[in-house]
Amino acid sequence: MSLQLASSETVIAPPSINPLMSVGNWIYRFILFPLGQMTVFIVGAAVILTLFSYGLALLFPEPRPGINLAAQISTQLPGMIITGISIGFVYSMIALGYTLVYGVLKFINFAHSEMFMVGSVIGFEVMRRVFDEGHLGAWAPVLLVLVTVLLSMLFSGTLAVVIERVAYRPLRGAPRLVPLITAIGISYILIDSTRAIMTLTRNDFNLTYPTNEIDWLNTPIPVSFQSFASGGTNFGGQLVEQINADGADYESFRIGDVTYENLYIGGITIGGKPIKNTDLRTLTVGESLTPEAIEVNGQPIRDLIEIANVVNIRITSIIVVISAVLMLLVLNFFVNGTKLGRGIRAVSQDQATAGLMGINVNRMVALTFFIGGAFGGGAGALFGMNAGTVTPYVGFIPGIKAFTAAVLGGIGNVTGALLGGLTLGLIESFLNGILVYFPALGQRYTDIFAFSVLIFILIFRPSGILGERVDEKV
Amino acid sequence: MRTTRIIVLALVLVLAVGAVATQAQDNVIRIVSQTPLSGPQSVLGISMRNAVELAVDQLAGPIEELGFAVEYVPYDDQATPDVGVSNAQQIVNDASVLAVIGHLNSGVAIPSSEVYNDNDLVMVSPANTNPLVTDRAYPTVNRVCGRDDLQGPTGATFAAETLGVSSVYILHDTTAYGQGLAEFFQEEALALGMEVLNFEGTEEPSNFETILSPILAQEPELIYFGGIYSQTGIFIAQARAAGYEGLFMGGDGFDSSEFAALGGDAAIGTYYTSVAAPATVYPAAAQFIEDYTAAYGEAPQPFAVQSYVSTDVALQAILRLLESNGGVLPSRAEVAAEVRATEDYEGLTGSITFDDNGDPEVGLYYVIEVVSGDPEAWNENTVIAEITLDSPLIASMKMEEEMATPEATPGS
Repeated sequence: MSLQLASSETVIAPPSINPLMSVGNWIYRFILFPLGQMTVFIVGAAVILTLFSYGLALLFPEPRPGINLAAQISTQLPGMIITGISIGFVYSMIALGYTLVYGVLKFINFAHSEMFMVGSVIGFEVMRRVFDEGHLGAWAPVLLVLVTVLLSMLFSGTLAVVIERVAYRPLRGAPRLVPLITAIGISYILIDSTRAIMTLTRNDFNLTYPTNEIDWLNTPIPVSFQSFASGGTNFGGQLVEQINADGADYESFRIGDVTYENLYIGGITIGGKPIKNTDLRTLTVGESLTPEAIEVNGQPIRDLIEIANVVNIRITSIIVVISAVLMLLVLNFFVNGTKLGRGIRAVSQDQATAGLMGINVNRMVALTFFIGGAFGGGAGALFGMNAGTVTPYVGFIPGIKAFTAAVLGGIGNVTGALLGGLTLGLIESFLNGILVYFPALGQRYTDIFAFSVLIFILIFRPSGILGERVDEKV
Repeated sequence: MRTTRIIVLALVLVLAVGAVATQAQDNVIRIVSQTPLSGPQSVLGISMRNAVELAVDQLAGPIEELGFAVEYVPYDDQATPDVGVSNAQQIVNDASVLAVIGHLNSGVAIPSSEVYNDNDLVMVSPANTNPLVTDRAYPTVNRVCGRDDLQGPTGATFAAETLGVSSVYILHDTTAYGQGLAEFFQEEALALGMEVLNFEGTEEPSNFETILSPILAQEPELIYFGGIYSQTGIFIAQARAAGYEGLFMGGDGFDSSEFAALGGDAAIGTYYTSVAAPATVYPAAAQFIEDYTAAYGEAPQPFAVQSYVSTDVALQAILRLLESNGGVLPSRAEVAAEVRATEDYEGLTGSITFDDNGDPEVGLYYVIEVVSGDPEAWNENTVIAEITLDSPLIASMKMEEEMATPEATPGS
């Protein structure tokens, strides 16, 4: 068998390992193009959602008394985008597992959410052990994160291969529903055995990562978004830089040449932070209203503006994004640029013919499961680091969302999983940020809206945004 | 054939019941407790059982002098309503049982007490805070602790008046307990003039990142979370990591060392209200703590001292009946009426008089501050406020009295 593979290799030279391929071309294919693709997806989804949010703000300028929706959106925009991207990458990484397995076997591996859970638990074990044994001082945090994620990936990937060998391969010829039921069974077995093991060894159900005890991981990076803070500042039709003044009670003030008398405005917000009337020094009649002239709590408003719109970006969020991007680049190279990747693609196109061409189908399927499981496990460890605490039941919700993301992007389509995950993450983040301001609605209805969007998209594109890869089937 | 079988079966049943009934004349009085003795909440349940046992050992003397044997039987309700009810059916069939001490969970106490009430058996609850436990106004159901509909407002009053909070963001876990508590908090917060920025429910168990962005944008001075420690501990850790600098508060769902384990240093400075302070707070309970520790080798858990008090209330009622009717074993209904008639009982947790619904006329509520992120140090949390509130029944009676008083409210 292996001999055949080797001989077939000499006959057809794959374009991906063509020695004539220039370094520039390689960089373009495996680094620039996928990076560009991600950027386009993120920017595209973010821009569409931002426009949608402001559109909503036009329709409902004040959904609740005292809430200026547009101003709230401006304040939250950077935060919503960043959290959306970070959770979106987690969904994408899990979605890849669903989509890859669907690609080669045409079946949904519902036990995949438990690869994520197992990864998060292994990540916890690794980090906790290193931390408890006090090695942490000697370990560079980057190294710690790397080791945690890699070990989780390795373990989850291996577990996925074992499960495929034990539970799915014997059923390969069976009707589709049979492995589906097996997958659900495997999922329960994994959840409960993890719970049993963790209860016996740690006597604890909630597994808390030591991230909140590591300063380096726990110190947020404050990023000031001044451009977002300017918003509309409107004193009698005149714009005053950087102040959202929808209200304060002034005897009188002057802007330019015009003096305004006895104007009641309400309450001032700076970058979304409400300033009470009592915080403000009353201006004397005729005094001009410049940012220097207004004091809040004894501080000139100009100083406050400097710190007004600060978004704290968590290091763990950045780690999630960077790791996910790196892993996706590696995956792209592996699938499209190596001999083994070509094998996987061949099997996904036509199993029987791929077998006839000398490709070891079973090995390729196992490899697919390994990659899918490893991505799920890595996502689990990253999620755990970011969320802080995981439980044996943590896989369910991200699993369902990631499956949704895979369908949204087009199941079987690797790029689609990336797009679907990012889209779903951003939709979730935006809805969570905006729905709170509507009376009777709220964050608990986020999923209803998120899934309505999904149904809406699927009505018009039943095979997902990018389409299911059906070209191989005639 | 069939009918004869049924008749025979009925006869056997009657005989069995008769046998049990005659047993009651053997001068045996049984006190029963129902608490979770197995499962995740067994730490609290076992401690409650120990406290009842200690109370029977120490306080049954006067009854035994009158020629009755006082026995104690612990039952395990497994924190599950089904088990609680089936135990209750077993308990009421034993005619020598005159009082039940329990439960830990309101969800178990409510259905189980239906069975007790049908059989006139009195229940004294050390720990059930749901308003519905006593709002059914059953003559047999009493509790020695406070209520959720006063616990929420206690938190709001403390936040407004002591902490000087003017804006609050309210979250809850969408359960009956969490949402109920949050609603009671919100009502009082609005009445006190606090600005409620939002009232939000979330079932999210682990990743609060997206939920936090509107909270951070509105910069509330306080976040109130009606929920259980397993969710709120994670929430506060993530909120602090995302840069939230305001206050954090909740109800007795926070009261577990697991909250500190999940929250770490972020848990420090959290306030929570409770209906049961640690035993160390009550000056009269020093001897109890000593005896308990000597007998069971560890310090009493929350609700242990309340269990001791509940048992004492029941035993004293039985003793009063025995003394007044000359040593004849009282019926269950008489015991229930006598427990309800408890007035100015002086016990380890202070004075107790039951109102017509079975709530203590004056309830004690505590505001506790978390002082350490170390779960081992959970018992060191400081009680920073102790508030006494009238039970709703008493409060409404007082209100009516005020309204009825002529010229108290000049026509306006």
